[in-house]
Amino acid sequence: MAETVFAPWDDPTAEPIIRFRNVTKRFGTFVAIDDLTLDIYPQEFFALLGPSGCGKTTMMRMLAGFENPTEGSIELAGKDIAGVPANKRAVNMMFQSYALFPHLSIWDNIAFGLRRETSDKAAISARVEEMLKLTRLEKLARRKPHQISGGQRQRVALARSLAKAPKLLLLDEPLGALDAKLREATQFELMDIQEKTGTTFVIVTHDQEEAMTVASRIAVMDEGRIMQVATPDRIYEAPASVYVADFIGDVNILAGTVTATGADTYALTWKDGAAPVTAVSEATFTDGQQAHLAVRPEKVAIHTTKPEDVDNLLKGKVLDIAYLGNLSTYHVELPGGQIIKAQTANTRRLSRRSITWEDPVWVGWTKTAGVLLDT
Amino acid sequence: MRRAALISVPYIWLLALFLIPFLVVFKISLSDIALAIPPYTPTMRDGFWNMLSQLDFENFIFLTEDDLYWKAYVSSLQIALISTVLTLMVGYPMAYAMARAPDQWRPTLLMLVILPFWTSFLIRVYAWVGILSNEGFLNQFLLWVGVIGEPLTILNTNTAVYIGIVYTYLPFMILPIYSALDRLDGSLIEAAEDLGCSRLKAFWLVTVPLSKNGIIAGCFLVFIPALGEFVIPSLLGGSSTLMIGKVLFEEFFSNRDWPVASAVAVILLLILIVPIVLFQRNEQRQAEAET
Ligand SMILES: Nc1ncnc2c1ncn2[C@@H]1O[C@H](COP(=O)(O)OP(=O)(O)OP(=O)(O)O)[C@@H](O)[C@H]1O
Ligand SMILES: [Mg+2]
Repeated sequence: MAETVFAPWDDPTAEPIIRFRNVTKRFGTFVAIDDLTLDIYPQEFFALLGPSGCGKTTMMRMLAGFENPTEGSIELAGKDIAGVPANKRAVNMMFQSYALFPHLSIWDNIAFGLRRETSDKAAISARVEEMLKLTRLEKLARRKPHQISGGQRQRVALARSLAKAPKLLLLDEPLGALDAKLREATQFELMDIQEKTGTTFVIVTHDQEEAMTVASRIAVMDEGRIMQVATPDRIYEAPASVYVADFIGDVNILAGTVTATGADTYALTWKDGAAPVTAVSEATFTDGQQAHLAVRPEKVAIHTTKPEDVDNLLKGKVLDIAYLGNLSTYHVELPGGQIIKAQTANTRRLSRRSITWEDPVWVGWTKTAGVLLDT
Repeated sequence: MRRAALISVPYIWLLALFLIPFLVVFKISLSDIALAIPPYTPTMRDGFWNMLSQLDFENFIFLTEDDLYWKAYVSSLQIALISTVLTLMVGYPMAYAMARAPDQWRPTLLMLVILPFWTSFLIRVYAWVGILSNEGFLNQFLLWVGVIGEPLTILNTNTAVYIGIVYTYLPFMILPIYSALDRLDGSLIEAAEDLGCSRLKAFWLVTVPLSKNGIIAGCFLVFIPALGEFVIPSLLGGSSTLMIGKVLFEEFFSNRDWPVASAVAVILLLILIVPIVLFQRNEQRQAEAET
């Protein structure tokens, strides 16, 4: 039996749990969300990614019931939620500012939502203990929020929003204040919870790696609009625009005009007098059209001697080396001043590395390494 | 040296304006009434040691013998307590509305709360006489509307005293509560609603506890001066309104019995020390919670 891939967005019969239909949100004349249409499916781990102020929190607040769309409608499990107050929605939100109750202990903060739906003391207590354990806060249960650290507060906020096991959980930058180790552990914890409970997660993050790790799909936003929604690998390997390519990860962009040289191969003239680069593209371009070639640094190889049989090869000299431990990124300056980044894995110790500053080098990539984009 | 000087300033202040006058009053309360100037004996003219030897607690014993005094204390406590609760009930919604008002309105609203202080307190209390008397504005208005057939007697009753105290001390209630509510982070209310609270429940479980310090401060700021209030009961209250401030005034100026009046004042101060200390502790706790 073939393993079924979780991809309800490709299934026309799947019912989305959240449906934004032409939603616009204005604050006065300022447009925070601009005609946004989006479906999110049950049990998804949906990540919102975008620069500060692009409207991520505003989207969350509309889902949670703190803002109403100026235009358009939002459906939750098939029902329009306009006018349903926040306390009647099966949605819990973890606030970007945490919003912990300062007059209550950590324990009571986590129990707050549970107490609203049941008076069964034993059940509440069991659930709170479970949440404390999950977020490793057992020792701090009796403290007040102002007596714990920023990262601990973030975990309390997370525990509080998880406690009610909602259908839909909105996490507004849930892990920003955690150290790398704990963040990774919590990411896996979140995925685990998601798998166990089947809760749908919508998560806002500034950390692309985090989005890549946890998300089933990623939406890249800019100025209230969605630029692309796709699975992490599609977002990374097949960005829909230069904006998305540039926003997610590192990328080299060559801009110029294209001419078709084969059925799906194009030559991009990126600089007068330089040899054009070739690229394969599924999208079709007309001759003379403006286009951009986006190539990820790890797909660019760096050579000290001129190699044979490379589709695209450019000569330059090493300007800078960024050492990242497991990887090194070489910034290679081409004769015209353009910088190409090439990344290699550091499989050898630093002292034995052969390339250094000012070295003349060759950078090359295959014709399928990059994506041709029109915008 | 300079530090010591700086620290000593408030203590000198306290000494000059509180402790020394208190000691003088306390000394008078231990003296006997006399037809002289000043109207008590002994005084420093009799020599210090001689004076000390003649002091006694007679006046305090007298206070326990005549039940007018303890009744006046109890009645004052009662009136102060009821007025404080009434002021809280009127002041809290006003403070809440102010804290929720759009930003550009708030300075104006604050101004309106403080505005009455620009006119003399006495004139404002007299104005209430004009409003509440049988031929006053309130009765005339109600008669004109037809709600009542004949004028209500409000002036010279305890009701008028409550109205007067609530009116006078309202700003002292509103301001601390407003400042507590103003600092309250709106996302806490949202979080409470998100976790399943109705508006009312969120108010009760989050807003009220978080404005607790403001409520306590406001209540003390009303209760403490209301307990010794003299002007309001004597202008608005009737002959049956028994308040210790009035008794004190009469002992001093009508009976010219300074020693008994001083004894009344000393007891009043002792009663007030309890809420004042509690108030100080509240302020201190609040300051600690904020750091
Ligand atoms: N109540 C409001 N009144 C006016 N403008 C608002 C309001 N709330 C948000 N905005 C504006 O809407 C835009 C989107 O805000 P939002 O909080 O959604 O950004 P964000 O994507 O969450 O940013 P960040 O990553 O910094 O949290 C911002 O430009 C912000 O200034
Ligand atoms: Mg935000």
